Amino acid sequence: MADIILQVENLKKYFKTPKGMLHAVDDVSFTIERGKTLGVVGESGCGKSTTGRAILRLLEPTGGKVLFDGVDVAQLDTKGMRKMRRNMQIVFQDPFSSLNPRMTVSQLIAEPIIQNKILTNKEDIEKRVAELMETVGLADRLVNTFPHELDGGRRQRIGIARALAMNPKFIVCDEPVSALDVSIQAQILNLLKKLQRELGLTYIFITHDLSVVNHFSDDIAVMYLGQIIEKAPTEELFAHPLHPYTQALLSAIPIPDVDIKEERILLKGEISSPINPPDACRFAKRCIYACEECRKKAPELTEVSPGHFVACPYYDKLVQQD
Amino acid sequence: MADIKNKKIKRRSQWDEIWRRLRKNTGAMIGMAIVFVMVAVACSVDLIYDYDTEIIAQDIPNRYLEPCAEYWFGTDALGRDVFKRVVYGAKYSLLIGFMATVVSTAIALVLGSAAGYFGGKVDNLIMRFCDIWGAVPGLMLGMIIVSLLGPSIWNLIIAMGLGGISGKSRTVRAAVLTVRNSEYVESARSIGMPEWKIILKYILPNCMSPIIVAVTLGVAADIISASSLSFLGLGVQAPAPEWGAMLTSARENLRYYPYLAIFPGLAIMVTVLALNMFGDGLRDAMDPKLRR
Repeated sequence: MADIILQVENLKKYFKTPKGMLHAVDDVSFTIERGKTLGVVGESGCGKSTTGRAILRLLEPTGGKVLFDGVDVAQLDTKGMRKMRRNMQIVFQDPFSSLNPRMTVSQLIAEPIIQNKILTNKEDIEKRVAELMETVGLADRLVNTFPHELDGGRRQRIGIARALAMNPKFIVCDEPVSALDVSIQAQILNLLKKLQRELGLTYIFITHDLSVVNHFSDDIAVMYLGQIIEKAPTEELFAHPLHPYTQALLSAIPIPDVDIKEERILLKGEISSPINPPDACRFAKRCIYACEECRKKAPELTEVSPGHFVACPYYDKLVQQD
Repeated sequence: MADIKNKKIKRRSQWDEIWRRLRKNTGAMIGMAIVFVMVAVACSVDLIYDYDTEIIAQDIPNRYLEPCAEYWFGTDALGRDVFKRVVYGAKYSLLIGFMATVVSTAIALVLGSAAGYFGGKVDNLIMRFCDIWGAVPGLMLGMIIVSLLGPSIWNLIIAMGLGGISGKSRTVRAAVLTVRNSEYVESARSIGMPEWKIILKYILPNCMSPIIVAVTLGVAADIISASSLSFLGLGVQAPAPEWGAMLTSARENLRYYPYLAIFPGLAIMVTVLALNMFGDGLRDAMDPKLRR
């Protein structure tokens, strides 16, 4: 039996808007094994980040369960949640806005330790901060600098050190490299990989960059308008994408070879509104294969081969409609 | 790693940066210099002059003297040295201006940050209260409060302080709103920091710039309002040499002895102008969009 660290069941996060309920995350369920990485991909506004934040209760989930080592995180009270946060941390997308500009590097890294009284002795804290800075590859001469004096890569390292400070078991990486230069992206990704190996961390890796998840994740979940429409082990997903949306998404990855003529599937139309969505396949409006049935009933996420889930009942007989 | 402290490289905080930009602004520096001199004078005025013998003591034979070498600003209807009285008056104006702003800012910080941070019903309740409060003209509000409590310098401070709440609360709320949704506040929440600590440690320090500007300009506005109230006889009472009160007594003989009104008026003008120039300079220096 697989060692499940996190089990998300029917997670929902709705936002009230003047026009109605915005279904940012609608009935999302998945599990992650200890020490693995689940990549979550999808276009902007599909609910990837909201999912991550709802799991950590940075946003209160509207419904559903988040079982972390068997404990339902969504039901914890303030005190219990504070304790739980030691186990579950987050690395934010934009290192330029996720660090308090009034604090120095050492203050930033020491803060979670002091806040949660993990260490109370001043010298111990200093030692731990130095250790963490070394772990994430920050030179110790930077202890007293302010974040605005550092480049994006170094700032992101501070963010990672902050997340690691409480020895968490699980980290949500919310597009941790998308605000960085490509050369620095690789460094940060390698750092995250190294930390995972050494500390046995489990990641949810949220991104819109498919080439990044490809190298980083064990499993990939593709989200569209608040729902997971396909989930499979990385290699399987890249080799046999089943959902029409996944196929379109994968065809958009640029191939660095001039001799290969890319055949891109261009999606028509716009992403439909997440406010009060009807009971239908949410992708139907843009799907080139869409039939009458698709517009009448929402498809369920079903396992079609071991570990491969897809929310399209016609995945094996896709015929283009005109 | 015990030598970590010795490796301190120069801390260059945002305040250094602001100071560097402020220094380039001549107007702001002049304003700041005047304000500092004023504050120094206001603080030491009781050491320079004896209130009973030099400021309010009457000297009828020497009344209505034109400005001359001995009496730089002339003497008033009771033979008192207008120069000394104007200098002494700095104490009242600055005390009222600063204290009233301290009162209004303290209340506005609580109201504004609660409204901005918690949002929803709390926000609605506080802001509607501010709307109603702000709908009453400041001078009128001051007059009502002073006539209820009686005219005295401390009641004037309370009146001015209460009058400034709604505007400043709005400034604080707007500043808090921009910071509240930033990722670093979320990061504070993710490490389990309680709300009140987030407000104190994360939100308020990061919305200081607009608040400081509002405070500087608020002092200037309060000085004017206080002088207006004193001019109307509702503030500091004669024989205390408050600038507004001095204007009132000069009004009767304005046609014959205009210098009695000119000098206190100039004092108000210079003080307010200096504060405004300083405040405007601060605003420019603290606005990252103007960063050069």
